Amino acid sequence: MKLSQVLTQGLWKENPVLRMTLGMCPVLGVSTSGSDAFGMGVATLSVLVASNLVVSLVKDFIPAQVRIPAYILVIATLVTAVDMSMAAWFFELHKTLGLFIPLIVVNCIILGRAEGFAAKNSVFSSIIDGLGMGVGFTLAITTLGCCRELLGNGSIFGLSLVGADFKPMLLMVLPPGAFLMLGFLAAGMRRVDMTLEARSRAAAEVRRKRALDLATGGAPLPVPPGFE
Amino acid sequence: MADEQTPTPAPEPPPEGASTPPVVEGSAAPAPPAKAESAETAPAERSATAKPAGDAADKPAKKAKPEKKKKKKGLPEKELVLVGSSSPHVVSDETIPRIMYAVCIALAPAILVGIYCFGLQAVKVLLLTAAACIATEAGLQRLMGRKITVIDGSALVTGLLLAMTLPPSAPWWICTIGGMLAIGVGKQLFGGLAHNPFNPALISRVILLISWPVELTTWMKPGQGFANLGVDVVTAATPLGLMKEELIQKGSIHVVSQFHLMDGLFGLNQLGSLGETSVIALLVGGIFLFYRGYITWHIPVGYVTAVGAVAALFWGIDPSRFAPPAYHLMTGGLFLGAIYMATDMVTCPVTNRGMLIFGIGCGILTYFIRTFGSYPEGVSFAIVIINGAVPLIERWVRPRTYGHNLSAAS
Repeated sequence: MKLSQVLTQGLWKENPVLRMTLGMCPVLGVSTSGSDAFGMGVATLSVLVASNLVVSLVKDFIPAQVRIPAYILVIATLVTAVDMSMAAWFFELHKTLGLFIPLIVVNCIILGRAEGFAAKNSVFSSIIDGLGMGVGFTLAITTLGCCRELLGNGSIFGLSLVGADFKPMLLMVLPPGAFLMLGFLAAGMRRVDMTLEARSRAAAEVRRKRALDLATGGAPLPVPPGFE
Repeated sequence: MADEQTPTPAPEPPPEGASTPPVVEGSAAPAPPAKAESAETAPAERSATAKPAGDAADKPAKKAKPEKKKKKKGLPEKELVLVGSSSPHVVSDETIPRIMYAVCIALAPAILVGIYCFGLQAVKVLLLTAAACIATEAGLQRLMGRKITVIDGSALVTGLLLAMTLPPSAPWWICTIGGMLAIGVGKQLFGGLAHNPFNPALISRVILLISWPVELTTWMKPGQGFANLGVDVVTAATPLGLMKEELIQKGSIHVVSQFHLMDGLFGLNQLGSLGETSVIALLVGGIFLFYRGYITWHIPVGYVTAVGAVAALFWGIDPSRFAPPAYHLMTGGLFLGAIYMATDMVTCPVTNRGMLIFGIGCGILTYFIRTFGSYPEGVSFAIVIINGAVPLIERWVRPRTYGHNLSAAS
C-alpha cells in the first residue's frame, strides 16, 4: 500500500469511529462538548502514534503467543505517560476527562492498529498509519462533540452561538443523544459516499460514450443481425 | 365443465392418472376421458409431490383419490379442479386508511373533551402536531424517493396521539419538533409504517420530555375559555406531580384526600395532558375500537388491572405513603396509554397471551416509575420499554406448530 493511502484511509474510507465503529466507549462517553472530544481525540492520537511506533520496532522480538499481552503492556505504559503529562499541563481537561484517559488502554482502535498494522509493517509506515487513524478518530469524535454541544447546549467549543430564546435539546448531551447523533453522522457519511459513487459512475458512462463516439466517428453502432 | 369445453392441452398426461382406477370410472362423463383426467389430476399431482414418474405412479394417487371419490358421488367433475395460488387466500376489506381513520374517530371524544377544557390552546397543539407529522412523513418519503403514503392516515393518528400526550400549553416549537421526531426518528428511520419497534408518538414524547422538561411539565388549568391563546395561562401541577412532590418533601401524601373520583372520570376539572384527562371519553373510543375488532381486550385490561393490583398491594402495606388504586387509575395517562398507545398494532405482540403479558408488564412498570422513579408519570416510559421487550415476549409465547412438540419448536 502506498504511504499516502496509509495516511488517508483512516480519515474517511476506514474511519475508525464512523466506519469501523471501534473505540465506542470514549466516543459516546466524552463527546458531550467539542473541546472535551478534541482533547480525547488528541490524547488517543498521541498514544496511537507512539504505540504503533514501539510495536513495529519490537515486533520481531515478541513471541507470537504472548504478543497481545505485550502490546497491552506497551499501550498501558504509553497511556500512563500521556495521563501524567495531561495532569501536568492540561489540568482542567484532565479533570473533565477523568477516567476516560486511563481507559484509552482498552480502546480497541489502538490494539487493533498494533495487531492489524504495526505488527506487519515497517516503522515509518506504522507511524503514518497511527497518524492517519488518530486524526480520523479525532475528527470524528470532535465532529460528534460539536454537533451534540450545538444542539444540547447551543454552543461550539464553549462559544455560545445562539440567542437567549434558544431552548437547548437536553437529550443531545445525554447518552441517548450520543447514539442518535453517531448514527446520523455515519448515515450522512454513507450518503456522501453514495452521491460520489453515483457521480463517478455517471462520469464513467459519459467517458465510455465519448470513447465510443470517437471510435465510430459519431455514427450509431451497427446493430447486429437479429437485434433490430 | 369449463376445463373440458376449452380444451387446454395438458403438457403431459400424467401416467398416474391413467393408472388410477377411480378416474377411469369417472369416464362416464361426456368428455373424452383422457382430457378430463389430465385437467383434473395435473394441478393436484404437481402441487402434491414432485417425484420421479415411475415412483409416483401409485403414491400420489392416494392423495388425489379421496377427493375425487367424494366428488364423483354427488357432483360433476368440474368441482375437482384445484386452483393453485399463493397466499393470501382470504381477503378482507380492511385497509390501513380504514383502520387509521377509525382510530381517529375513536380519539374524537377525548379530543373534544380536551378542546372543551383547554380551548384554543388545545386546538393549536392538535393542529400543529398533526400537521408536523403529516408534513414530515410526506417530506421524508419524497426525499427517500418512496411512494408518498400520507393519505393512509397513519401519520395523522401519530400526530393526534402525540398531541394528546402533550401539555395543552405546549409552545408551537415543541409541537413542531415533536411531530418531526415522531415520524422522522420514531417511524421513517426504521423503514416506515409497520417497521418501527417503538410507538412513534411515545418515542417523540419521551425525547421531548427528557430534552425540554420545563415545557413538558407545565400544565395549564382547564376551563380558561377559548379567548386565552398563549401568554397568560394559569398553570398548576397534575395530581401525580402533586403526589410526587409531597412524597419527596413530606414523606407522606395528603393530596389523595382532595381528589374527587368524578374529576378523574369526566376529566372536566382535571389537569394533565391534552387528551388524557377524561377516562370516560377514552373508554368510549376504546369500546368503539374493540367493537370494530381493531384492539383486543388483553392489553388494556392487563395494563389497567396490573396498575390497580400493584397499587392496591402497596396501598395495603402503607396507605400514608402510597396512593390508593383509584387514584392511580384515574390520574395521568393510564387509559390513554392502555387503550391507544400500548395497543398499537405495529409495536405490540401478536398472540393473545403475548398481549396479556405485554399489558401486565406495562402496568407494573408504570406503577414503579410513578412511585419510585424520578418522573411523576411513567406511562410513556413503560410502554416504550416494554415495546423493546416485544421480541422476547414473542419468543416466549410462540405458538406450538401443529404436530411439533414444544422442545422442537423452540
